[in-house]
Amino acid sequence: MKNPVTQVQLKNGMKIMLKEIHAAPIISSWVWYKVGSRDETTGKTGISHWTEHMMFKGTKKFPHGMLDKAISREGGRWNASTSRDSTRYYETMPAARIDLALRLESDRMTKSIFDAKEVASERTVIISEREGSENEPMFLLGEEVLHAAFRVHPYQHEIIGDMADLYAITRDDLYKHYRAYYVPNNAVLSLAGDFETKAMLKRIRELFEPIPMGNPPPRLVRPEPERKGEVRLTLEGPGETMFTQIAYPFPNATHPDYFALQVLESLLNGASGLSYKTCRLYRALVDTGLAVDVSGWSESTIDPFLYRITIVHRSDRKPEKALTALDAEIKKLQDKPAPAGEIRRAVKQARAVFAYGSENITHQAFWMGHTSMFADYSWYTTYLKKLASVTAPDVQRVAQKYFQPNRRVVGTYIPKGKGR
Amino acid sequence: MTQSKTSMFSPEDVHCAVLSNGITVLARSNFNSPSVSLGGYLPAGAIFETDDKLGLADFVSSMLMRGTHSRSFDAIYNELETAGASLGFDSGVHTTNFGGRALAEDLPLVLKLLSESLVSPAFPKDEVERLRAQLLTGLALRAQDTSDMADLWFEKFLYADHPYGKPSDGYPETIQAITRKDLEEFHRLHFGPRGMVIAIVGAIQPKKAVEAVAKVLGDWTVSRQKEAPVLPPLKPLKKGIRHHHPIPGKSQADLVVGVIGPSRKNPDYMAASLGNSALGQFGMMGRIGNVVREKSGLAYYAYSSLHAGVGPGSWEVAAGVNPKNLNKALDLIEKELKRFVKYGVTKEELADSQANYIGRLPLSLESNGGMVSAMLNIHRYDLGMDYYQRYEKIVRGVTRDDVVAVARKYIHVDRLVIATAGP
Repeated sequence: MKNPVTQVQLKNGMKIMLKEIHAAPIISSWVWYKVGSRDETTGKTGISHWTEHMMFKGTKKFPHGMLDKAISREGGRWNASTSRDSTRYYETMPAARIDLALRLESDRMTKSIFDAKEVASERTVIISEREGSENEPMFLLGEEVLHAAFRVHPYQHEIIGDMADLYAITRDDLYKHYRAYYVPNNAVLSLAGDFETKAMLKRIRELFEPIPMGNPPPRLVRPEPERKGEVRLTLEGPGETMFTQIAYPFPNATHPDYFALQVLESLLNGASGLSYKTCRLYRALVDTGLAVDVSGWSESTIDPFLYRITIVHRSDRKPEKALTALDAEIKKLQDKPAPAGEIRRAVKQARAVFAYGSENITHQAFWMGHTSMFADYSWYTTYLKKLASVTAPDVQRVAQKYFQPNRRVVGTYIPKGKGR
Repeated sequence: MTQSKTSMFSPEDVHCAVLSNGITVLARSNFNSPSVSLGGYLPAGAIFETDDKLGLADFVSSMLMRGTHSRSFDAIYNELETAGASLGFDSGVHTTNFGGRALAEDLPLVLKLLSESLVSPAFPKDEVERLRAQLLTGLALRAQDTSDMADLWFEKFLYADHPYGKPSDGYPETIQAITRKDLEEFHRLHFGPRGMVIAIVGAIQPKKAVEAVAKVLGDWTVSRQKEAPVLPPLKPLKKGIRHHHPIPGKSQADLVVGVIGPSRKNPDYMAASLGNSALGQFGMMGRIGNVVREKSGLAYYAYSSLHAGVGPGSWEVAAGVNPKNLNKALDLIEKELKRFVKYGVTKEELADSQANYIGRLPLSLESNGGMVSAMLNIHRYDLGMDYYQRYEKIVRGVTRDDVVAVARKYIHVDRLVIATAGP
């Protein structure tokens, strides 16, 4: 491989992944904690995301307001995000300045202050963030569908959390969460860019190895039982546009069927980041004038999650017709193997998406860390090969296995605006 | 750290050629990845529209790939998507813009489709109607979007009857009024090689890129390509305006507060841009972010931005807040604007933003797409291909006095346009 990856585990259990890329004088550093909405109990939903916000509120060494200025002054970019499975913090900096990012991350792994006043002010910021999302019909519908799809597993709630919990979570809840999950043995540092591995590793050891190993973080083990029978739900709200979201249970990212499903997804809705105007669902629903748009996506998760398809309906067409056309397309894939050319096309699309990603150092550091949350890095490096080995019968088999109407949730947003 | 190739480009790195029909081609190689990006524009924008057909330029640009005289909509996208490539068009007041990317091996394909879409779109009747339905749905969604509607009203009041005050996606009634003939005619009168610019960056030798463009677009000639009308003068606002657009049932309200700003070519631009950085960008959204989000906890986003293009730009503050906090947030923003106009920025704030502007260059030029945008901006605003060689000097040349002077010149706190949308 062009740029080999060095993987090392520090004595405290922290995993380090380094990839030298000398294309530009930039380094991207990502710290990953394996904690997300998957680890949240009722009453504490949204706590991982809120903790992520609190990590920007300062440590003794890097007080609030100094952190963001210090990074920006160096021309760096930084941010963080929380997913279902992980919380990640990144800084992409001019190469000569990366030490600042590393010092900051090593410090805030254990020394964030969680000042009570800052917690109070951030509570209203996060409530405002949720209110912004609630303005979007698709957020509201997606949340209902998620709740219906997971009765037991904690994937049942949105990452931002339920409003009731955003009002109730305390400073001590947040701090307890932070201390439980922000331990080096639950963290990965992925670094890509313009550095020398040996010198970089030495510096990382100096900064991160003295942090003591913590207790293994608590995990919720609540697998979702198999659903028997379709769930249909409706949600009413403002607007003139009707949406339908259909969710099928999908396996996790390391499941043997994962790659066949990626090909199937590509056939139905295209590859991530590309247009999808000649995919099967677009042709069947949009080209025929039954709907304005149809799109679909799955996620690479630790536990089984969902494949979700969203239809944006036309106000002058019956929504049931679009759903019937969607079912007919899925049935075609179940009844007959897909032509080999269509599968080759899915592989070529993935190859192009990988090439675009390799233009960007931040993206490369992201993928190293991201895959380490649910698999190991070989998952990423062998992705195209595994995709290329998928056969037409594989695709037909997974279409039959996962696209069962009696296991799905169908949610419809019914607009109560003008003209209705 | 090791020595590595700098991403900063010099005039020697960029190959610039003008084809005999007037098309300018800018090309730069980057063999770090097997991909290429392209982008460009031609002077066929909404400035040619009449008020009863607002959205026409946008409608035309969205139709270009929905069927040409030699290929159907499905055939065009089938070729693109099979290659994992992309190509798209949109339009603004002055130009129709395009952008795309592909594996280097598929660049000829993308250029061929670009050429066909520009030169011989067919505007098939059924595709026109299908797109119309999609555009109308888009407008129904816009009508429900608090941020879009606050923006729309802000621009409407800020620019009054000026072309910049009109939404480039039109209104439902103007989209309904546009006929297939209008689309054809707009294309016939305004699309042509004169004034067209295309930039290509990626795993290709620059000369080869120019040859590839010449092969598919070198023969394009249009004898009656219309000259764009001159932008009318802007009427300055005599007093402040506040307008609320009600959208029932929403949880959050959006606000936009602002004034007219400098154009990109105006000598005030860099001082205004650095001042804006301190006001509402630097770190966690600058001073605005600090008072509205960090100190008061009123909003998830609250920032200022400077939109500077060909004509008079806008300098605005935007935020999304709980409807009951709308006035509180507006008060805080107005106070910050007053302080900014009175005192400008501190020495430290200016130095911070200057360091940020200089330091972030390698990041913004890292990808092929970032490089394409930079090259197009340099060309569009006559910045000179040595712009990034001079950039540090330009940025460091701005003083605190310059910033306070542009703040006072543009931001009149008694004449703000305030647009809000929400329940």
